[in-house]
Amino acid sequence: MAARKTLGESLREHGVSRRGFLKFCAATASMMALPPSMGPVIAAALEKARRPSVIWLSFQECTGCTESLTRSHSPTVEDLIFDVISLDYHHTLQAAAGHQAEAAREQAMKDNHGEYLLIVDGSLPGPNSNPGFSTIAGISNYAMLQEAVAGAKAVVAVGTCSAFGGLPAAAPNPTGAVSVMDIVKDKPVINVPGCPPVPMVITGVLAQYLVFGKLPDLDEYHRPLAFFGQSIHDRCYRRPFYDKGLFAESFDDEGARKGWCLYRLGCKGPSTYNACATMRWNSGTSWPVESGHPCLGCSEPKFWDAGGFYEPLSAPLGTPGNTLLAAGAAGVVIGGVAATLAKHRAATAVAERQPVTVEELEQKL
Amino acid sequence: MSDPMGFLLWVKGPAFNFALAVFALGMLARLVEIFILGRKTNYAEAKGGEWGPGFKTMLTRTVADPGTFARAPFNVVVGWIWHIGFITALLLFIPHIELFRGVLGIAWPGLPNPVVDAVTAITILALVATLVHRTQHPVKKHISTPEDYLVWTVTFLPVLTGYLAYHRLVNPYPLILGLHILSVNLFLVVFPFTKLTHVFTAFIARWYNGAIFGRKGVQS
Amino acid sequence: MSRLKEIGVKVEDGEAAPAEWGNALPILHEVGHGLRQLRETGEPTVIDLHALPFGPGDEGRLFDLLGRGEVEAQIQALGPTRIWETGFPGVWLVDHRNTEDERLALHIEISSVPEILRSQREDIDDAIVRLEACIADPAGTS
Repeated sequence: MAARKTLGESLREHGVSRRGFLKFCAATASMMALPPSMGPVIAAALEKARRPSVIWLSFQECTGCTESLTRSHSPTVEDLIFDVISLDYHHTLQAAAGHQAEAAREQAMKDNHGEYLLIVDGSLPGPNSNPGFSTIAGISNYAMLQEAVAGAKAVVAVGTCSAFGGLPAAAPNPTGAVSVMDIVKDKPVINVPGCPPVPMVITGVLAQYLVFGKLPDLDEYHRPLAFFGQSIHDRCYRRPFYDKGLFAESFDDEGARKGWCLYRLGCKGPSTYNACATMRWNSGTSWPVESGHPCLGCSEPKFWDAGGFYEPLSAPLGTPGNTLLAAGAAGVVIGGVAATLAKHRAATAVAERQPVTVEELEQKL
Repeated sequence: MSDPMGFLLWVKGPAFNFALAVFALGMLARLVEIFILGRKTNYAEAKGGEWGPGFKTMLTRTVADPGTFARAPFNVVVGWIWHIGFITALLLFIPHIELFRGVLGIAWPGLPNPVVDAVTAITILALVATLVHRTQHPVKKHISTPEDYLVWTVTFLPVLTGYLAYHRLVNPYPLILGLHILSVNLFLVVFPFTKLTHVFTAFIARWYNGAIFGRKGVQS
Repeated sequence: MSRLKEIGVKVEDGEAAPAEWGNALPILHEVGHGLRQLRETGEPTVIDLHALPFGPGDEGRLFDLLGRGEVEAQIQALGPTRIWETGFPGVWLVDHRNTEDERLALHIEISSVPEILRSQREDIDDAIVRLEACIADPAGTS
């Protein structure tokens, strides 16, 4: 296999002018949420960057993350597959099927051992659950991940399922699903959660790796800070209404029509870290809050089990009203009994009162 | 439980329900006991009404008389400041109102967040000042019991963690939000068995005082 | 689930007046800052509008406030890039789009000429080579 071309060479070969390249760099900077002043740095780095080999494994997933990726418009998925990265195995997108596909995966793993980037979408049955819950070509997800991780430089967990377990791991978690992070301990893991993640965030993370050749700065949940550094709430254009105390109370009231804050309708923006508010969806058209729907918090762990989507974030889980009533009723009964006992004790004390005179006491002494 | 989000769900769910149950059970048991026990029948002829003076005393005892103010201005001023601040943050912060709606089914208008934020900052400072005063003032230090420090702690922690959570000063966010709710759970559990019950009993006691004096025909 | 059933649907006719989100004005302040810096030190500023939490209509309002100036240009490289000087000389809007006309990036560039409009050194090098080839063999027969 010939040495991989640098991206600069590859683009020039495709007849892309320097202007086009600069534009590509501007788009990349924007996508990576970097300031435009970083453009020249990116240009210098991209000029020399070599396409990394990428192996994409799909486990217990719905293909929504791949669907999202193919909606990425900057760069387009074609650019991404052919120019920016070398996507050597993705069983949904690749033309090869069956044994050929698995052979391609094994070949890529051998050729780029220690260097390739492993992308995983979907959770997988944990080491203690039945491996038969999810297999590819007769290989259990767990075995395939272990084998692929061994030669990987880093693992990118795309989507909430692979990052945190997601839907398969939601209570009662019938397949014993776990996240990539739960299994991979000896290699860097980058989580790109979201159900699905913002397409530009997926490509942005890959571009960042490509440009800087190193893994991005991560938060406590292993999420790249460039995209998950701020909460939806802090970047929301409706935030001024939250601060003023102006809320939509239902989906069709005056507040909803005026675009007021959706906190009371269950918006999980305050506890959710993602880039939706600035990157938006559908080629930058809109995002959930802009279209009038509260944030579901899909890029956070356990988001399926974190209470109703339409319940305010601060509302308690379960039915505390009933707890309060039951406990209150019990309290009334206990208080009543305690008071009755106290009264009874007082009455008994009066009835059984045995007066003692000073003389009697003195005799006893 | 192993991760911050699991911790948050636990404190919001089972732990909150437990704390709420202890609070409701304990508090109602104590109040019902107080009300049923009532007071001993007074056979003396009433020299005045009970209700009017009772309510009047509820009010007059709430405002410190000049003598008390002159003797302990710090206690009066700082005490007022943090009590008002605490109640404002508790009852008029919009996420808290949503919590009350979730538990009690009733809601009311709230204050803009920057106002609540400022009030909370003042409350934190005032509460710290009360602790410093308690440990520096010889008499106060002498009469303070472990319960006093326990009550101060469970009152202070929800305010502090709430402030930290609002400003996202601890990461990840679910951890600090969880700690905030946990501190509130602690407050609720401790509440019925310490002097925190004064939230309910202070006004009842003041009414009783006024009523007794009213019946005797004396001023209070 | 009970809350879900409470979701009402109301069909409105006509265009409601767009709400004011108040995000355009702070940008103008930043633009003003950049303009003064350009005059004093000659240093250009680029503001990435993609990274800002705009509400619906905010972008249009900003465009209206900035207005249109004397220059308009279009570049064809990896899709169209539209550039125009705003009503405030020195303040340019640069709208990068891909071949499917989807926006890649939207910048306000405060500069005497946007960088991407200039002919680039690498392209000039390439041009010299091609021009010499053209002179040597004007018919392009080889």
